[in-house]
Amino acid sequence: MGVLEILFMLFKVFVVGGAICTLAQLLINYTKITAGRILVYFLLSGVLLQAVGLYQYVVDFAGAGATVPISGFGYLLAKGAIEGAKEGLFKAITGGITAAGMGIASAIVFGYIFALIFKSRSKKN
Amino acid sequence: MRTISFKNKPVIVATGTTSGPKEGLGEVGKYIDYVSKDDTFGEKTFEKAETKMLYTSIKQALEFSKIKEEDINAIISGDLLNQIIASTFSARNFNIGFLGVYNACASFTESLILGATFLDGGYFNNVICATSSHFSSAERQYRYPLELGCTRPPLSQWTVTGAGALVLSNKGNGPKIVGATIGKIIDYGVSDTNNMCAAMAPCAMDVIKTHFIETNTSPKDYDLIITGDLGAFGSRLLKDLLWEKGFDIQKQHVDCGELIYNIKEDEFQGGSGAGCSSLVFCSYFYNKLKLKKLNRILLVSTGALLSSVSSQQNETIPGIAHLVEVEC
Amino acid sequence: MKNSQNFINQNYLTYVHYNSPKTKEKRSLLRAFWVGGVICCIGQGFRYLLEFGLGLKGDELSGFVSMIMIFLGSLLTGLGVYDRIGKYAGGGSIVPITGFANSVVSPAMEFKTEGYIYGLAAKMFVIAGPIIVFGVASSVLVGLIYFVGYLIF
Repeated sequence: MGVLEILFMLFKVFVVGGAICTLAQLLINYTKITAGRILVYFLLSGVLLQAVGLYQYVVDFAGAGATVPISGFGYLLAKGAIEGAKEGLFKAITGGITAAGMGIASAIVFGYIFALIFKSRSKKN
Repeated sequence: MRTISFKNKPVIVATGTTSGPKEGLGEVGKYIDYVSKDDTFGEKTFEKAETKMLYTSIKQALEFSKIKEEDINAIISGDLLNQIIASTFSARNFNIGFLGVYNACASFTESLILGATFLDGGYFNNVICATSSHFSSAERQYRYPLELGCTRPPLSQWTVTGAGALVLSNKGNGPKIVGATIGKIIDYGVSDTNNMCAAMAPCAMDVIKTHFIETNTSPKDYDLIITGDLGAFGSRLLKDLLWEKGFDIQKQHVDCGELIYNIKEDEFQGGSGAGCSSLVFCSYFYNKLKLKKLNRILLVSTGALLSSVSSQQNETIPGIAHLVEVEC
Repeated sequence: MKNSQNFINQNYLTYVHYNSPKTKEKRSLLRAFWVGGVICCIGQGFRYLLEFGLGLKGDELSGFVSMIMIFLGSLLTGLGVYDRIGKYAGGGSIVPITGFANSVVSPAMEFKTEGYIYGLAAKMFVIAGPIIVFGVASSVLVGLIYFVGYLIF
């Protein structure tokens, strides 16, 4: 992989990732949807898009630009479940959680550790 | 009739105020008795900090008044925390009767009205009225965790970290409480929890209008009409609503929330909270009244009566406002 | 007794709606775009690092990348930086996986004062809980649908 190729990829990552975040900001500005709901909607749209097989194209095109936003987490869950379904009922149920296990486990572990170390501070502004 | 006219005119003999560092920076900050450098006040939790802040304010008011603790008949106080714990926990340090009040940010004038009525009726000789609020304890209770990265919408207000206490007495020198009007709970159907100023403006309008009509006065008779925490947008709504009813308060109106911070982009609408009107009144306005720079004012604290449960159940936000008339 | 619907004063609400100050739209969109883009690029950077540096592939690669991103999000939250970023960028820092980490760590830190079990651990998923619930539930649903689909076809 050449340097030019990497730079072009980063450009695609930047644009696609930025566009997904801008979509969220549009929802914040123009509707009364709160941040928590936006995260759930984005996650579910990731699951849905992968369930019909579309999100994979976005991931192939933009890499981390599509996997780092929360919709990528949904993509991971759906992808795991679909792959698991080929191997039987057990894997169909656990596949999604297995695929997303790294994210969930690290959020809980780091969350607990950092919460032990640090303390909430008051905002100055 | 919702207006009371006090015959014996209870006197505000002393005040005590405490605030966090941010409140000390503004114009009002110079008049605050104790501005802490650290808004935890050396305590481990923000609830404890608020308790200490309120305790310090009451203690200061008591010292300045030179009245002995056993001669005080009651502490009437309120705050924004669940089950008003800052008030009750700070009052457990005193050997004085206690009455807890809650009307959200209108608690301060509510406590003033109750205290003045006890004195006017001749039942009590000295009463302490106080309220407090703390940005961080309010934020974690009503909104989001402090470290959550979320944007503050342009209508949001900044809960004042501060407490104000005053000693009301049936004798002594100082500004007098001459009258009061209690407010009605009014709900115009505002449901946006970020837009509390719009929920509170109609209540302020109603109580001010009622006071004008029942005392047969007009805005011109007052030096200032001070609202509690309507913010920049709420103040505009109030002026418009009153103008519609035939009262022009453009010249007289000021808002404690607008006054307390040097409004920069970050505070958007200004300060709010139960401590806002008590802090600003007990420091800045009390000083002006004592120096006779102001002669006759109306203090209108406004409160939005919502809880985190009611807003999640899609209830609208009712508001309340109480009015107190003070003369020097 | 009246319920909320009886109180609505539509004239007032319309008046409030048209006169309330609005978010500066263009500026907030631009900020969300560039911050969101940069966070994704950082993710891609780690992807290249692990791919070419350690030779990771596939699920392992994406798993470790998300672990690193969550670590960074948690660390910045702990240091008290992420809420500043969030205030500046809005959607740009909420939507990336670092924002998910922020929504886990911030309530955990906040409610530590109420104890390590009922405070810290119980409140950890106050905001992020729905994401896990809907994520897991929907993935099971998708898995079952595909399982039935594979059985039939």
